[in-house]
Amino acid sequence: MSTTVYVPRDATALALGAQSVAIAIAAEAKRCKLDVRIVRNGSRGAFWLEPLVEVQTAKGRMAYGPVRASDVAGLFTGGFLEGKPHTLALGEVAAIPYLQKQQRLTMARIGVIDPLSLEDFQAQGGFAGLRAALAIAPAAIVQAVADSGLRGRGGAAFPTGIKWRTVHDTPGEQKYIVCNADEGDSGTFSDRLLMEGDPYCLIEGMTIAGLAVGANKGFIYLRCEYPHAHATLNAAIIAARHGGFLGGNIAGSGRAFDLEVRLGAGAYICGEETSLLESLEGKRGQVRFKPPLPAIKGLFGCPTVVNNVITFASVPIVLERGSAYYRDFGMGRSRGTLPVQLAGNIKRGGLVECAFGISLRTLLEEYGGGSRSGRPIRAVQVGGPLGSYWPESKFDTLLDYEAFAQGGGMLGHGGIVVFDDTVDMAAQARFALEFCAIESCGKCTPCRIGSTRGVEVIDRMLAGERPAQQEALLRDLCNTLTHGSLCALGGLTPLPVLSALEHFPNDFTKPMAAIAAGS
Amino acid sequence: MSTRRPVTVPLRVEPGSDLPADERAAVLEAVQDHRQSQGALLPILHAIQDRLGWVPPRAVPLIAFELNLSRAEVHGVLSFYHYYRHTKPGKQVVYLCRAEACQASGSAALEAHVKRKLGVEFHGTSADGRYTLEPVYCLGNCACGPSLMIDKELHALVTPARFDELVARPS
Repeated sequence: MSTTVYVPRDATALALGAQSVAIAIAAEAKRCKLDVRIVRNGSRGAFWLEPLVEVQTAKGRMAYGPVRASDVAGLFTGGFLEGKPHTLALGEVAAIPYLQKQQRLTMARIGVIDPLSLEDFQAQGGFAGLRAALAIAPAAIVQAVADSGLRGRGGAAFPTGIKWRTVHDTPGEQKYIVCNADEGDSGTFSDRLLMEGDPYCLIEGMTIAGLAVGANKGFIYLRCEYPHAHATLNAAIIAARHGGFLGGNIAGSGRAFDLEVRLGAGAYICGEETSLLESLEGKRGQVRFKPPLPAIKGLFGCPTVVNNVITFASVPIVLERGSAYYRDFGMGRSRGTLPVQLAGNIKRGGLVECAFGISLRTLLEEYGGGSRSGRPIRAVQVGGPLGSYWPESKFDTLLDYEAFAQGGGMLGHGGIVVFDDTVDMAAQARFALEFCAIESCGKCTPCRIGSTRGVEVIDRMLAGERPAQQEALLRDLCNTLTHGSLCALGGLTPLPVLSALEHFPNDFTKPMAAIAAGS
Repeated sequence: MSTRRPVTVPLRVEPGSDLPADERAAVLEAVQDHRQSQGALLPILHAIQDRLGWVPPRAVPLIAFELNLSRAEVHGVLSFYHYYRHTKPGKQVVYLCRAEACQASGSAALEAHVKRKLGVEFHGTSADGRYTLEPVYCLGNCACGPSLMIDKELHALVTPARFDELVARPS
């Protein structure tokens, strides 16, 4: 009888050597004349344990990690195929506390299944949401999504049901579903993890959206920095067509929906929905004025649903288990779960999907285990490069869109970047403006030019050139950026800049010599 | 009476007639493959870059002609996106992440090391023609930085020593 061994094919696992581990396992099995079947699963998201190898045994899936290719021979002699103990043994994978404590609704299948097996996907509840959606009227699908309280997971947190209802109610011969997979925020990787680990879940969510609003065509706008996700999505779309889950007759319903992946080209701004639409149309990714909303005039002038990967991927479970099931997780107006990403200088980095309401401190300490360097955590940036820098005093903030906004921050796409006490916050503030200058689409003057002027102002401030006046100028400039920009890039760049200034003012008064010396 | 032979002066230069054969073939093939798609310009530019490693600026008139766009429109798109290269790269491209999560894990030191090792600044190509260095803002490997990607191969927890190992491999 063959033994099944799981070796992840996720990009981070591969970057840590999963491919050579898989090759070594295959070679060792052949050498020992053992019947081993290697399944390339996605990652469970516990990245500090990657490459995480799992063995299917009578007692469950036993985990070993992090495994190097040089460990493989020892694992075989130690009897890992029977799940025997070893220095790398982690016990049953589902019982690893980091994973066990999570509430995985959207990411329930990642790491569990072979991402491209339609059989595995359906055995784990896949397409149950689609089947439920096919049994009800489009307006009822929209209502179910609205009742679930699901809000856009890309960062803006706009109620998904309202967006879908607008597209549903707008007449149009042609409508589109567009998935924003331009996950450009530093510290975020949940979209990638889902696309590489459970691509059919995204396909299912987008198909349900198509059924709900009357669209027969969808685009996934994927950033070109994700070659693995690209390959997986393309393979999944082809397999879904062959399996009858995309194309002219979805699951035998007679309804049509098909998908195409389009690659971005390294422009951060294309994560902004109107820039993304321009880019999909083959143009420069410049921000559009709103109104008209994309829901009314979106891609090629047609009514269009634009949602993030995680938003679409959260829809199947809403349809499968019902709105109330999903809505019962969370707090306040933030319903359901959020796949949080622990990133940067963190000991146990990875994906933590939890109901809203958990505190930042729990995430950083209980899940994250403190900094990777072992030094005290000095600051975290939540919500990507446009999110605020927060000091330790704010770590008791609860994971909730409103609580974060109230604290002067932004939850965004749920990425948490951790910095230890060696960080220079003035350099981080300067970088935020530098990044804005590099990535500005150029449409609004404050963002296009103000960002560069801001870098110069900070440089003068740090050089000790009339610092009080420079600070006033910087605050004034940030005010102009906030109010004079069409989109979030210009509008939110002041968040990291001003929060760094507010919470870490001493970093801005260091003499230039100290900065040059790297202290 | 003059005995000079009449000279034919073309009214219009055939777009792309000044392109080397391989570049012309790459452009025409890319156009052929994607012409039917809506918003075909980005997929076409990607296809050209996949084939040649860059999008030669002298290909712009041919792309514009084939898609019935103005040269300004094609140039505008080509120059907007950071990923498209306007110069021929080295044998491999090193994409080094400069974003916050990698900064928190020591990417600034790695960046300095990589520049010194390759003897280039960003967008430059090493003297031996093996590597072109490009900045990138996030590779989605934020829990295990510093990260870099060599062509399409992602690497995690890259220390200066690890980088030296990577570039010492025969390519």
